[in-house]
Amino acid sequence: MAAYLLRRLMRAALILLGVSLITYVLLFLLPADPARQVAGRTASVAQVEQVRHQLGLDRPVWEQYGRYIARLASGDLGRSYVQRSQVSELVGSRLPATLLLMVGAIFCELLFGLTLGAFAAFRRNTLMDQGIMLGAFFFVSQPQFFLSYLLLYLFAVILGWFPIGGYGDFKHLVLPAVTLGLIGTGWYARIMRSSVIEVLRQDYVRTARAKGLTRGRTILVHIVPNALLPILAMIGLDIGTFMGGIVVVESVFGWPGIGQLTWQAIQQIDIPIIMGVTLVSACAIVLGNLLADLVAPLIDPRIRLK
Amino acid sequence: MIVAALLKRKLALLGLVIITVFVLAAIFAPFIAPFPPEQQFFEGLTLEGAPLPPNAQFWLGTDLLGRDLLSRLLFGSQATLLVGVVANGIALVIGAVIGMTAGYLRGWAATLLMGFTDLMMSFPILLLAILLAAMTSPGLWKVAFVIAMVSWVQVARVVYAETMSLSEREYVVAVRSVGASTPRIILRHILPHLLPTLIVWGTLGIATTSLFEAVLSYLGVGVQPPTPSWGNMVNENQTYFESAPWLVFFPSLCIGFLALAFNLIGDALRDILDPTLRGRH
Amino acid sequence: MNRLLASASIIALLGLGACGEEKKEEAQSQAAPAATSEAASTATSEAAPAASEAAAPMASEPKQGGSMIVTFKDDLPTLDPAIGYDWKNWSVIKSVFDGLLDYKPGTTEIVPDLAESFETSVDGLTYTFKLRHGVKFHNGREMTAADVKYSLERMINPATQSPGAGYYSGLKGFAEFQAGSAKEVSGITTPDDYTVKIELTAPDATTLHLMALNFSFVVPKEEVEKSGADFGKKPVGTGAFKVTEWTSGQKIILERNADYYRQGIPRLDKITFEIGQEPVVALLRLQKGEIDIAGDNVPPAKFTEVMNDPAMKDLVTMDDQLQTGYIAMNVNIPPFDKVAVRQAVNMAINKDRIVQLINNRAVPANQPLPPAMPGYDKAYKGYAFDVEGAKAKMKEAGLEGGVETDMYVMNTDPQPRIAQAIQQDLSNIGIKVNLKSLDMGTVIAAGGKKDGAPMIWSGGMAWIADFPDPSNFYTAILGCGGAVDGGWNWSWYCNKDLDKRAGEANAMTDPAKAAERAAAWGKIFTDLMTDAPWAPIFNEKAVGIHSKRVAGPNGIFADPIHIPVNYDEVYATDGK
Repeated sequence: MAAYLLRRLMRAALILLGVSLITYVLLFLLPADPARQVAGRTASVAQVEQVRHQLGLDRPVWEQYGRYIARLASGDLGRSYVQRSQVSELVGSRLPATLLLMVGAIFCELLFGLTLGAFAAFRRNTLMDQGIMLGAFFFVSQPQFFLSYLLLYLFAVILGWFPIGGYGDFKHLVLPAVTLGLIGTGWYARIMRSSVIEVLRQDYVRTARAKGLTRGRTILVHIVPNALLPILAMIGLDIGTFMGGIVVVESVFGWPGIGQLTWQAIQQIDIPIIMGVTLVSACAIVLGNLLADLVAPLIDPRIRLK
Repeated sequence: MIVAALLKRKLALLGLVIITVFVLAAIFAPFIAPFPPEQQFFEGLTLEGAPLPPNAQFWLGTDLLGRDLLSRLLFGSQATLLVGVVANGIALVIGAVIGMTAGYLRGWAATLLMGFTDLMMSFPILLLAILLAAMTSPGLWKVAFVIAMVSWVQVARVVYAETMSLSEREYVVAVRSVGASTPRIILRHILPHLLPTLIVWGTLGIATTSLFEAVLSYLGVGVQPPTPSWGNMVNENQTYFESAPWLVFFPSLCIGFLALAFNLIGDALRDILDPTLRGRH
Repeated sequence: MNRLLASASIIALLGLGACGEEKKEEAQSQAAPAATSEAASTATSEAAPAASEAAAPMASEPKQGGSMIVTFKDDLPTLDPAIGYDWKNWSVIKSVFDGLLDYKPGTTEIVPDLAESFETSVDGLTYTFKLRHGVKFHNGREMTAADVKYSLERMINPATQSPGAGYYSGLKGFAEFQAGSAKEVSGITTPDDYTVKIELTAPDATTLHLMALNFSFVVPKEEVEKSGADFGKKPVGTGAFKVTEWTSGQKIILERNADYYRQGIPRLDKITFEIGQEPVVALLRLQKGEIDIAGDNVPPAKFTEVMNDPAMKDLVTMDDQLQTGYIAMNVNIPPFDKVAVRQAVNMAINKDRIVQLINNRAVPANQPLPPAMPGYDKAYKGYAFDVEGAKAKMKEAGLEGGVETDMYVMNTDPQPRIAQAIQQDLSNIGIKVNLKSLDMGTVIAAGGKKDGAPMIWSGGMAWIADFPDPSNFYTAILGCGGAVDGGWNWSWYCNKDLDKRAGEANAMTDPAKAAERAAAWGKIFTDLMTDAPWAPIFNEKAVGIHSKRVAGPNGIFADPIHIPVNYDEVYATDGK
């Protein structure tokens, strides 16, 4: 177990290194010029070059990257080109909101998705099944802005049940989390339904049921563990999506998450912020996957940690 | 045979009909569209510059440039279908190959392949899209490529997890012990069990692809204006959903129907293709 | 450059002479010069059918106390006056800091601020500022001449990376200081604690504007040194408000500076900036009465709805900007190396329709200068919309068979839409335009390369003057100096003769010759249109909106300098 963890952590470090390298090189290849953006439109060519030199952007890319990694190793994510603040501070201040919304959204996805998926599977090929899946599916195919704004308009503006966006207490969390939850529900319901049907068909489950196992026990003993494997993988993916930025939902609900920071930084080619956000997201994803893999054998004993 | 089986199912038939309609629309758009999709009509806007709701001349109304929405929808099916099918196809193939190989072989191959997958997955999608855009000039095929590059990763993860589980199952262990070759085991004993998963991802993926295409349009790497696609139509009009709902409603409806159709067919295919069910239906 | 939506409007006049020896209060009560009021009335009558500033007079007396909420979609990047260069933080910085000079609220007229008075030498090379006594920084220390010198040198110092430093290159000793060969800028001296002397290498009529620009605002050395690069997040100035709370990405709270040198200013006790919401949603909140000012203005999608709603209509302000939306045609790239083709483009575009497309929130343009800018030539007719004439020009260029080219455009609504309208117009005269709708940085990079972009639609990145002087529209974007790798002259037009005339016009520093100078500038821009490196399309207006609860002196919500409003002057009618 300890050896496994060590190996995984080493791999995680390698992944992060790879992510940082690729991002850095791609940013370097962009035609847009950060030095010009920082220097402003009044700057002469010489002044732009001076800024480029100060930012270290006049050096070969491998040297720039080397310096970045060296600073990173000492825990320094650098300073934003545009905002001049510490990147760690900027990202750090957005992280709690992002994590909170992520947890809320995944909770909603699981709540809606798993319930509906299992329900549909047990009533397979009935009208109920079709209806549920159509409904779940409807939300998957909605543009994020449309759905967010619709929910906001309905529940906050017209009904007044929730605040019109913002960040603070539980009430603020509900709408954005439900929006994201609904968007993801289709995926979870679909996978849950498929997995449950798959399991129901497997010989050992049929045997179990033939042997007189009650329906409740069948679900508990066989279906839940089996269905949860792909669901776990889905959650791993979701962490990636949510950490990478959910710009639209965040901006409709005025949620101070990482997505808006990323989006602004991309537009301003603020390399230190882009790098910082990328690395933080990567960290979260790697950790999420590690957790999913650690939990997997607990659910399905046939999977061993290797 | 599969087609015959599909035709027997009412819902699948419905899906097929919808897709056929869209495909026909894409092929015959130049003949059936009432106007050229890019023509901006002076009378297509109010004096205040607001778009027109559906009326006798423009059946589905006009967009923000005074263009006929119906014509744009018809032509938009071309870009949408092309991007959806191509992007999803590429993503499924890459994802399945990598996921199965890693999941079955395990060991260093898995470490390497899934390491690469994790690495790719760790990129913020928006950033990756912009960066890729900067490398080449924008176009339909690039949009498909960009979407495939960010979606195969998810397929690979799921396939990997399922393959790991499948390769531990009794029957796989059994055929392995009688000396079946690795490619044979993967193709004959693992792939068929993965098909349901792949189909689920493939069908739902078409809907996601259409939406993702809209996001890419927003970033300037999507289908370039004035070429219409349902995704960029939803995107360029979405803030108007209160003041000009038809602009958002019709393209959304099309994307919804498209996704729904693929879903219905995928569902049916799943039943037909599932080896454990074959011949017993 | 980042002040994308900044608005600076209506009146622009260098009527500086009279203000020289006056106190601010007197300057405010003084009647506006004739030309100014004429311009103002024209603008007002233009805006009147749609907007309301004139229709809804601010009857109530200014009240003290209370608070308001302002929303912005994007976070304020920094409040460091040397660095902030964005239309959102521009005005907030003006409330936290002060400069030697300022603009009279609601106008572009220069008035003394931290300087009590100033004098200009006869040769136009020396400016002497007498500082106000007893002005205190938020930390309690008195501001002196040394602070002014320190602030200017800090801004000019390359290590600060101020995007505005280039404006001050006319100061004596600027080059030496920037290069590091001098420890101070020799052109900035402090004969005593309350006197600052600025010396120039050549006469420059824009100097007073430079001393009213944010970049020159006064900062306390000890606080800058204490906070280092974080000074922009922990700003300390002499202004009417101080920053008491800043939660990145969420909110910024300004509170009244009780020690502010102007009596009764600011009116409000507290302003809260809420960050991160879509403009469409911010408007919903405004309709619900939850917020007072939608900082991102009325989004296009809501414009028609708001204007048709009697309750909302009166809250809207239409605000002219010192802005021109134009197509830059690269004179190095065929077919735009031919004057006839560039002229044809000017004639082929139906500007009225484009203005209609953006809900009439603009006026068609025929010259680079916006109407509110001194030097704008009202008599100039420009190129009329004439498709046949344009076709003839194409034939003259030998291109009647048609030609294909690329146009770069920034990829946020409504820019691609406007570009598509241009595309259709140009297709009528045989120019097939392929659109490259890309992110702003990529478009700017393409424009800065000699063979990068054949055409650029400037929308979203359009030139908005930092100060109301015509020179601001020439040097970098149409002069030879900007036609360099990485420059902002996207048409790569370089006319040595015009450059010479521009230099001469700038040297006319005598306030008495302001009108003559403006006319000289105007002629430069209309002469330039003969070569047609640009196709000017429209001058856009900013459409602001505020709640009924807040008010201010007339014109405050259409302030040319402060976007969305002059925070110092606005008050809450209910005092809450």
